[in-house]
Amino acid sequence: MSDAGLQISTRTLQGPKGPITIVTPVGDIDLNGAPTLKIYLRQAYGGLNKDGRLIVDMSAVPYMDSSGLATLIESMQASRRVGFALIVCGLSARVRAIFEIAKLQSVFAIVPTLDDAMAK
Amino acid sequence: MSNAGHMPSHPADQPHARLEIVSNPLLNSGAREMVGSMARRMGFSEEAAHQISLAIDEALCNVEHHGYDRRDDRPIWINIFAIGGLQRRAAESTNVDASPTIGMRIVIEDEARQVDPATIKSRPLEQIRPGGLGVHIIREVMDDVRYERRERVGMRLTMVKYKPGLGPTKNPAGELPGGSSSEGGTRGMTP
Repeated sequence: MSDAGLQISTRTLQGPKGPITIVTPVGDIDLNGAPTLKIYLRQAYGGLNKDGRLIVDMSAVPYMDSSGLATLIESMQASRRVGFALIVCGLSARVRAIFEIAKLQSVFAIVPTLDDAMAK
Repeated sequence: MSNAGHMPSHPADQPHARLEIVSNPLLNSGAREMVGSMARRMGFSEEAAHQISLAIDEALCNVEHHGYDRRDDRPIWINIFAIGGLQRRAAESTNVDASPTIGMRIVIEDEARQVDPATIKSRPLEQIRPGGLGVHIIREVMDDVRYERRERVGMRLTMVKYKPGLGPTKNPAGELPGGSSSEGGTRGMTP
């Protein structure tokens, strides 16, 4: 997956309380891919207000380093500033481990699956 | 790349494997996956091999991002030492437990700007902001980490990971004794 680089898709649904934007990266999120993810996330939350929800579905991310964490932290800061909800889902054990190493697992809203994120 | 298992003896100050790349993040995945693969073949667990890969990746990020200020054409050398040596060639053996390797030392060198090693610190984790986590992650997943200036130019990062129960005992502060706790030097690896 890392051979092909990071692929990212975005879709927006209308939820009961407001728009739900789902960003789905596919591939490794490292120093090479994180700048691209940052662009997609900024575009995604740029269209959200306090009633919106941004879901980052990480179920197709086998690897992430601190560059990816930094990108997600930036989105979290935007969510606190604007008021939209940021939910991260689908973490593999390896990706979850880096949240834990950085002691960020309780800072982010992390749920197991996309369905859980939609229902939250 | 060399394989010390084929040789009657391997100079302790020479790496078992050596990779030279330019400071382009595009190459980081190949470097970390190669070293992770070597770690697995040396008998490290899947989790430990992943931690070694992560440490390599974070170290390369720091060199590329900070040391070389994002220039993508500068040299980085990655030197791998199998502490305890490599398993000798044994075509009919699949027993990784027979590996004499007790740990892996990774030495990363560059020609980036030199900084005081004492200033290379991770930021406090309670500050929730982007950046500055790489050094923390490296220190968290590796058993011994030290930065130093190279003799003429650039920096050297030495990281050691031991297999569980096979490394030296850490003192109460979590440090390995003696400042240098494992065989094999780091001289003369790079031009």
